[in-house]
Amino acid sequence: MINFYEVKETNEMIEKENLDVRTITLGISLLDCIDSDLNKVKDNIYNKILETAKDLVSVGEEIEKEFGIPIVNKRISVTPIALVGGSACKSPEDFAQIAEVLDKAAKEVGVNFLGGYSALVAKGMTKADEMLIRSIPLALSKTERVCSSINLGSTKTGINMDAVKLMGEIVKETAERTKEQDSMGCAKLVVFCNAPDDNPFMAGAFHGVTEADKVINVGVSGPGVVKTALEKVRGENFEVLCETIKKTAFKVTRVGQLVAKEASRMLGIPFGIIDLSLAPTPAIGDSVADILKEIGLEHPGAPGTTAALALLNDQVKKGGVMASSYVGGLSGAFIPVSEDQGMIDAVSAGALTLDKLEAMTCVCSVGLDMIAVPGDTKAATLSGIIADEMAIGMVNQKTTAVRIIPVIGKGVGETVEFGGLLGYAPIMPVNGFGCDDFINRGGRIPAPIHSFKN
Amino acid sequence: MKKAIITVLGKDTVGIIAKVCTYLAEHSINILDISQTIVQEYFNMMMIVDMSKTDAPFDVVVDDLAKLGEGIGVMIKCQREDIFDMMHRI
Repeated sequence: MINFYEVKETNEMIEKENLDVRTITLGISLLDCIDSDLNKVKDNIYNKILETAKDLVSVGEEIEKEFGIPIVNKRISVTPIALVGGSACKSPEDFAQIAEVLDKAAKEVGVNFLGGYSALVAKGMTKADEMLIRSIPLALSKTERVCSSINLGSTKTGINMDAVKLMGEIVKETAERTKEQDSMGCAKLVVFCNAPDDNPFMAGAFHGVTEADKVINVGVSGPGVVKTALEKVRGENFEVLCETIKKTAFKVTRVGQLVAKEASRMLGIPFGIIDLSLAPTPAIGDSVADILKEIGLEHPGAPGTTAALALLNDQVKKGGVMASSYVGGLSGAFIPVSEDQGMIDAVSAGALTLDKLEAMTCVCSVGLDMIAVPGDTKAATLSGIIADEMAIGMVNQKTTAVRIIPVIGKGVGETVEFGGLLGYAPIMPVNGFGCDDFINRGGRIPAPIHSFKN
Repeated sequence: MKKAIITVLGKDTVGIIAKVCTYLAEHSINILDISQTIVQEYFNMMMIVDMSKTDAPFDVVVDDLAKLGEGIGVMIKCQREDIFDMMHRI
């Protein structure tokens, strides 16, 4: 039987160490909403989302109450809209109308984000893909809750450099269009290499075409729990350190598994995967940077950071994998700058630079995340940063991403406030040397040699 | 059996257990196990209860107990046992 100390440990994790389930994300296939008439597509999408997700928020709240664990977000991911809107949309403006319908549906069912305003263009762009991409600035400026993601490359296909070039321009234009809100639109736009089909986290969630009609994916979190556990083993060797992270990751993931199963049962929708990510929030004590400090760094960014992060990421996976029957999504440690107080402090102290962050993305899940740069950063430079990150993903057979915000009207030394879970960030300097001739070449970078495994 | 864990935490005072138990009895919730300690005047109690016979919905019991706790000046939580089982038992 469960004893006193076990109950106390669990409840202290929840009450003092910010243990929570970060998101229950309901994946909905919109493939059956396709029609050649735009109005029909819009109606179909709206009706399907409302019908499928009507109980999502209330079920989430019920689970919160029964287990006494906060479920921070309830979200929806949908089939990449470039596929759904392809036959009906004749212009970027048509696509933006679908974004508005998604926004309306998200508000109606009460989810805080809906992901899937996406196109998968790792090798090439269809006309519809390109139109969707060109509609992103308009779509994100007209909506509040819609998130957009574009897959620009993969280990199997190489990198679509035409799309990389275009996305540099689109990020810039999105920043311009939303400059009244500190270029907030870019916080809802992410580009990927090797994007997973079942990621529950925003802004990159979409419901892949390999998925069933509906599916429940759950993202767990709990950096504060790992940090507190590590406080008890200060000065111990790496074996003890790793063992502690692993055990803690196991416990955290078990809670996610329970919530996922329960949500799946109550909604009558199959369970997909648990995403084992350590996802920080701006709240004090909910920081991945603090774990790195506890491991022994003065600030993230100091020499040793990449090794410490590699170790953390690996142990989280090792502990989590046994705790859940299906693991997927991004699964690792997130290092978003604006969403993590410890990261913000490290940037402000001058310890953490864009270059070091790039190195860190080689060993953790995802990539350059929620990074604010000066508003006058050139589109080609943004494309260059994206290309570098895509190359890391392609060669290392992992997911990498870029969510970068050129804050129009602001420069290095200033800060930008996004509010809520998105936090605030000091604006970081960017290497100012040009890469225009590289970006302007056009075409694609071929897949690496180790992708030929057949 | 539908088991839940009730925890009570707060400054010790007369009648905490009595009040909680009365509420549970009124709602046909059977107590399977109680353990209790006092650490530096702080009252710590854990109960394992069986809720299969109660007709009160779980969320109502959670809210009622929390309210009852507020009245006595202690924090009372009621959670399904599964969360502890999942975390601490393989």
